[in-house]
This record gives sequence, structure tokens and C-alpha cells, in this order.
Amino acid sequence: MSHPTSERAHTEWMVTPVGAGPVTRRVVLGIVAILTLLFLIAPLALIFSSALSQGIGTFFNSLTEPGTQHAILLTVTTALIAVPINIVFGLAAAWTVTKFVFPGRTLLISLIELPYSISPIVAGVAYIFVYGSQGLFGPLIEAMGIKVMFALPAIVLASMFVTAPFVARELIPLMQVQGTDEEEAAVTLGASGFATFMRVTLPNVRWAVLYGAILCNARVMGEFGAVSVVSGNIRGQTTTLPLQIELLYQDYNVAGAFAAATVLTAVALLTIVIKVALERISPDHAQAPARPPGH
Amino acid sequence: MRRSVIPGFGLSLGITLFYLGAIVLLPLCALILKASDVGLAQLWDILSSPRTLSAIRVTVTMALAATAFNAIYGLLLAWVLARYQFPGKRILDALVDVPFALPTAVAGLALTALFSKKGWFGAPLDALGIQVAYAPLGIAIAMAFTSIPFVVRTVQPVIEDLGSDVEEAGRSLGANDLQILWRVIFPAIFPAFLAGCSLSFARSLGEFGAVIFIAGNQPMKTEIVALLTYIRLEEYNYQAAAAIAVVMLAMAFAMLIVTNAVQAWNLRYLGRGDV
Repeated sequence: MSHPTSERAHTEWMVTPVGAGPVTRRVVLGIVAILTLLFLIAPLALIFSSALSQGIGTFFNSLTEPGTQHAILLTVTTALIAVPINIVFGLAAAWTVTKFVFPGRTLLISLIELPYSISPIVAGVAYIFVYGSQGLFGPLIEAMGIKVMFALPAIVLASMFVTAPFVARELIPLMQVQGTDEEEAAVTLGASGFATFMRVTLPNVRWAVLYGAILCNARVMGEFGAVSVVSGNIRGQTTTLPLQIELLYQDYNVAGAFAAATVLTAVALLTIVIKVALERISPDHAQAPARPPGH
Repeated sequence: MRRSVIPGFGLSLGITLFYLGAIVLLPLCALILKASDVGLAQLWDILSSPRTLSAIRVTVTMALAATAFNAIYGLLLAWVLARYQFPGKRILDALVDVPFALPTAVAGLALTALFSKKGWFGAPLDALGIQVAYAPLGIAIAMAFTSIPFVVRTVQPVIEDLGSDVEEAGRSLGANDLQILWRVIFPAIFPAFLAGCSLSFARSLGEFGAVIFIAGNQPMKTEIVALLTYIRLEEYNYQAAAAIAVVMLAMAFAMLIVTNAVQAWNLRYLGRGDV
């Protein structure tokens, strides 16, 4: 797959391009550098410097404090459940809309992307009206003795709502470009549907799956609004790491809040490093039509 | 459906519809159902109450301010990343992803500490008499931070794809830099720019985590719609929570329609530019 960017980047310019003059270039780069330093770098620097401001000992003590330990465990558990389910959904959704033509296909793609446009708070409130005591199924599941709201199931469900499009969005443009020729060949030669998927489709999209999964993971671990509503914020029980940050901050334990924030910041930075690495391994994927990821 | 030799349509469609139905559509339907239980008169009372109106005004005004800032900074970032070669370019490109990767609570915590009266930026700003944290301006800054990548990532590929030919044509016809920028380059990137701005605005309207840390959350002054929904829920005022959440949902759908229309326009533009 060739991309116009790479070719055009090497186009010989017959004249000086707009903005390439030495003065303009320096002024524009200077403004961007200052704004980036103030707006994007300063918050990151502040997180690490605040976390370590009272010494490395305090930093580790804050991290091993039971509340924070429990929050880390809960956050990792949520991600371990939500991300694999999201991968299965993403693969199924992308397989459906790219390998087949059927009425309602465009509508289905819009539905897959819908959660991007919805505020996490709205998602959380909506879940209350399904599983809460006032909700559609609340009384029923309560009678069955199942606890969904203000417990792990609700945290997982809300995380699955906000991250629904994450894997599918990475796969759909790529599988669209790859078409159906290889799968058709495999099936015609006698491969079963499952074998075709495992040995033809999946190897072609493995980097995109990984890419979608790490973005999904970062979002699940960092989700605040939706989880805040459905978890009930029960101290030591349903506080995920982002909620624990808020709790510590409200307790005036600023060092503890920043120590917890450091863990999530490390996850975020690691996510970006893996993203950049994957874009180098699989440039095809990086060239999928640009569509900014929602949050 | 056109007959296809590839199997698995039923299974994959089934998984997709089950997930979307159970995870996404069921809660949204439950919310709309709940809101429709609220009588029209009561709905009007909830939405026209001074506190709701103030929250809507604060949210929309600050989202507009955030989008205006992102329009300028985002355009500059996209321009620099697409057109210039300089040391540290890869790092700058990766930094643009930080607001999306960083959890909103972490962003809120960091921005609050930066802009509080003793913070790195808050102290000098306070000396000038400007209050950011616990003031409306802080809301705009949190919204701008969390949505800046939308503008950059929508505009950047379009600037990269601009051919040198149109600029050269403009130049050979005697246009100067500003004329080429305004008459040739800007019209070509405008649809993408508008799409990026509307995505940024839509995201700002729904932002919660980053804002509540820095806003101070004073009713009638620095309370955003998302927080008011949350507060009504905590007060067990389910009808008000449902009503305000449905208004947020309606705003999201309206922005989705606007963004899709702009993006369709954008794609037509791109389609014309590429062979």
C-alpha cells in the first residue's frame, strides 16, 4: 500500500515552500516549543517531581499503602477482563463489516463508533438505570442475589462501554484495504472458517490488534467518569487507581495522590512508546486513514 | 446479503450485535426510558432551573474557549510536524499523544497543582492577579489539554498531503507567502481543521475527570453539566440526573451530526486532492 505522504515528502520543491523561510521557521518553531513546554511537558514533569518531592522512601511507602495496593489490583483485574473481551468483539466486528456486504453495514459501523461521542458520565448514569435498584433489571438481579452495581461487574461493564470502539477502529480500515481475496482463496482450497481466520486473517492484522489492545488497556486503566458513577467510590473496595488519586487528593495526601498518578503516567508513557514502536514495525497500519482516537 | 464463500457471518455478526446491544444500546435505552418517565412540565423545571442553566452556560463557554485555543495551537503543531524537519520532531509527535494516553484524573491533578496559587504557573499568575485554578479559566485549560490531539491529528495528514504543485502554481502567478497561505493552503485544510475543532469541542462538552479537579466546583460559578448530573445522582434525584444526562446525550448526537457532515466534506476534499 503506497501512501502519498512518503512520495510527496521527497518531491523536489521548485520554489521555497511557504513558511520555510529562516525567520518564519524560527518564529513558528519557537512558539510551538514554548507552548509545548508549558502545556504538554510541564504537567508530566510536575507529576514526577511532586511524587518524588518528599524523597524516594515516601514515594514507595505511598505506593505500598493498602488502599493504593488494592486500587492497583482492582485496576489490573478490570483490564484483564475488559481488554480480552474487547479484542474478541473488535475482531468479530471488523470481520463482519469488512468481509461481508449486507444491509445496515454503515449503520453498524456508526454504532461501533458511537461510544466515542458519549460522555463517560452519561455512560455511567445510563448503567445506573439498568442495574441500579431503580433500574430496569435492578430489582430482578437483586432478587437473584447478584451484585452488579457498585462492584467489579459494573466497573468492567462501564469500561467496556467507553472502550467498545478501540480495537475495532484499528482493524476496520486495515481489513478494508486487505479485502477478501486471501480468505476466499483459503476457503476455496478447503480450509475451514476457523483455520482461515487463524492462519490467514489474524497474522495479517496481528500488529493492529496489539495496537488497539494497548490503547484499550490504557483507557480502561485510566477511566474516571464512568467508573466513578458505577463504582459508588466505596473506599478500599471499588476505588480503581484513578478514583484512588481523587480520594487521596481530597484527603490532602498530595504526595500519595502523585505517587498513584505516577503509576498511571508510566502506563501512559509506555503505551505511547509501544505505539511508536508498532508504527515502525507495521507502517501499513500507521497509514490507515487518520481518525483521532476519542477518549 | 451478497453470497460470500467466506463463512462465519452469522457468528461474527452475532457477537457484534450482542456486545453492542448489551453493553452500549441497553444502557442508553434505559436512560432515555427513564428520562421519558419525567413529565414535560417537570423536565422543563429541571432544565430551566438557574443551576442547570448556569452549568450549561459554563460548560459551553469554556468548551468554546478551549476549542479556540486548540484551534491555534493545534494548527501550529500540525503545521510544524507536517512541514519542518528539526531535532526532537519524533518526540514532539509522541508528546501530542500524551493527553489521550494520560488518564483524565492524572491530567486534572497535574494541571491543578501547576495552576494553584503556589504552583509553578499559579504563583506568577497570581502576582498578576489572574486566577486559573478554582476559576472558570481552569475549566477551559483542562478541556483544552484533554482535547488538543483531535485538532493536530485531523489536520496533520492533510497538510502532509498538500502537493507542492499548487503552491508552485500560486508562486509562478506572482502570489506572495501570505496570499498562498490564505488563498491556497488554508482553503485546502479548512474542512479538516473544522472537523478537528468540532471533535475537540464535543470532547470538551463531555469532559469530567480533568475538569472536576481544577474547577473548584462551585454551583452557579464553576460547576459543569457532567458534574451536576453526578451530583443529582448522588442526591438520589434520579429524574433530574436522567433529564440532564439526556440533554448531554442530545448535545453529543448534535455534535456527532455536525462532525460527520464536516468530515464528509473533508473526505470529498481529500478525494479531489489525491489521484
